[in-house]
Amino acid sequence: MSQETVASLTPVELERRLKRDGIFLRLPPFVFKIQSPIPIVAQGIAELYADYELLADDTEFADFHVSVVYGRRLPRRLCVFELDGQRPFTPLAVGEAFAFLEWGMNWCVTGYCHTLLTLHAAVLERHGRVLIMPAPPGSGKSTLCAALMLDGWRLLSDEMALLDPVTGLVTPAPRPVSLKNGSIEIIRRRAPTASWGPTAHDTQKGTVAHLRASSSSVARATEPGLPGWVVFPQYLADVPAQLLPRPKAASLMQLAQNSFNQHVLGKAGFDALADVIARSDCYDFSYAQLDEALPLFAALPLPS
Amino acid sequence: MTLAPINLLRQVWRDPTAIAAMSLTDWDLLIRQGRAADLLGQIAQACDAGCGFMNIPSQPRQHLQSAALLAQRQRRELVWEVEKIREALGAKGLPLVLLKGAAYAMSNSAAACGRLVSDVDILVRRDDLAAAESALLQRGWVSAAQNEYEQRYYRRWMHEIPPMKHFQRGTVIDVHHAILPLSGRLHPSTDRLLVAARPLADDPTVKVLSPLDLVLHSAAHLFHEGELGKGLRGLLDIDRLLMELGGPAQGWADLVARAHELELQRPLFYALRYAAILLGTPVPTAASEAMAAVPGARPSGVLLSLMDQLFLRALRPPHASTSDEFTPIARFLLYVRGHWLRMPPWLLTQHLTRKLLTPTKPPKPAQTPTATGAA
Repeated sequence: MSQETVASLTPVELERRLKRDGIFLRLPPFVFKIQSPIPIVAQGIAELYADYELLADDTEFADFHVSVVYGRRLPRRLCVFELDGQRPFTPLAVGEAFAFLEWGMNWCVTGYCHTLLTLHAAVLERHGRVLIMPAPPGSGKSTLCAALMLDGWRLLSDEMALLDPVTGLVTPAPRPVSLKNGSIEIIRRRAPTASWGPTAHDTQKGTVAHLRASSSSVARATEPGLPGWVVFPQYLADVPAQLLPRPKAASLMQLAQNSFNQHVLGKAGFDALADVIARSDCYDFSYAQLDEALPLFAALPLPS
Repeated sequence: MTLAPINLLRQVWRDPTAIAAMSLTDWDLLIRQGRAADLLGQIAQACDAGCGFMNIPSQPRQHLQSAALLAQRQRRELVWEVEKIREALGAKGLPLVLLKGAAYAMSNSAAACGRLVSDVDILVRRDDLAAAESALLQRGWVSAAQNEYEQRYYRRWMHEIPPMKHFQRGTVIDVHHAILPLSGRLHPSTDRLLVAARPLADDPTVKVLSPLDLVLHSAAHLFHEGELGKGLRGLLDIDRLLMELGGPAQGWADLVARAHELELQRPLFYALRYAAILLGTPVPTAASEAMAAVPGARPSGVLLSLMDQLFLRALRPPHASTSDEFTPIARFLLYVRGHWLRMPPWLLTQHLTRKLLTPTKPPKPAQTPTATGAA
């Protein structure tokens, strides 16, 4: 018997189950129990998690029991993210409910998972080697990540690198790619047939929409990868795309700054980061046009 | 009462060898209740000691190991921070006496195993308060009071000055000159606590409260507190400290006598009662009886059954599986009680009116998801 996926439920059935007891969803490497009475959350899950494994209702263990619920009974204008009844964040508009779920799930991982070193970075793989792109918001990291995924790179994550300090490998956690404002239209134009989640307008970050992770990335979600490149992207209007080697020491410092929990792991964390840098070719990358960027990445030499 | 028992949590400390036989469903519930009560670090330590991490199924193990790593990290930071505070006070010839989490950690108490410590609490003589404050200020700790009223309110009525936060490291010290508010009803003697304080074995310039006083302070704190979301953690501290008192009969007799001396017989009564009921702490019958015989320790029958209804709800983890329909009201009533104990009615009225008219930021504002990098 093939495993059940979100796609095996009708939208009505999915909405009903989310509203009632919630669903157990395997989002490798984690299992989330998700519950929500808000239709927009069901829409987002139906669109974006169609290929993901749906576990039985009597699943024994979930890493996180999360929900997005209405903030008040009436009027239903606000929604709140809950981790097992605890509300770590202030409420947001109901239109942002699906994005809120995504943000909340990211927070669960970065807040509670310290057996893995977590880095704020987009992560992709090609020819068996992993590309890590750590960068602050506004650097064009997610846009570049979406474009590379559409160009055939395997998505490990658009938001966080999960580095196993014991094996030195990156654990994939492929989930939808979060795009903002102008990037949404740019990526829509490149992939007119791609699946998108609900658009959240007027969030703190402007307009936000999520692009579905490629099926091949989801299918290979349990295959870890060996770091190969660390690239620090920066979007700069009106410059030609440029990939410049970056000294390793400076790359290590920058990588450490993008880590959520290197300090928790102490020396083991530092050693794990140093190990990534030692294995990887490091670059600074600035770009204005994706069409110029993609050939440079396609031509990246395998690290020595 | 329809309250579910908290058997899994209790078993972790009372029968740790049984952990190995737990089902995944049990693990799911234990991790959830432990996370809600902020006890994952302590659970991790106890499970590791009980059956070894490697005998725990991998899914729950990840969460326990994560919590253990976080606790280790905080422990390292704490040792450093205590050293910095010792230097600051030592430069002015002031002694350092640690309270609560910092005291447990620095004296290597079992209560510190896996426990997270956010702030360092210290105790100084009231006459030394100004000197201690200026010594800390000179080394970079700045008052985190939000406004003038808060400054005045703390200084006039509380048992501590407003928290002081280090301008670079962001670490926080709570400087106490007593263990309960000046405006409250009980006034345990700070001098007596300081006289009994013990130097650390490996660093005699740092002192912690005596083992008996650590229990009593923990009980006083927990049973005057209005916000009991992390109450079970406080009760577990008491459980761990009691188990360390050692000297079987004499230790308990001394504890009861000391409680009387410090006017803390009521909080200790509650502590022994609820630790025994909720965590199965083995309190000897003789000790319970001696406790109940101290004047003012045991509340009247009616009051006690009310307190049972309230505390047995509020001290459970704040989680759906350990709450019933009366839990919210129990928490609310204990919140009101916390204020009631802290100040006389006229002061409470004045304080609340003031708070209502000048809205200040809540001490820990809920964050927006985008501010945390989660987005």
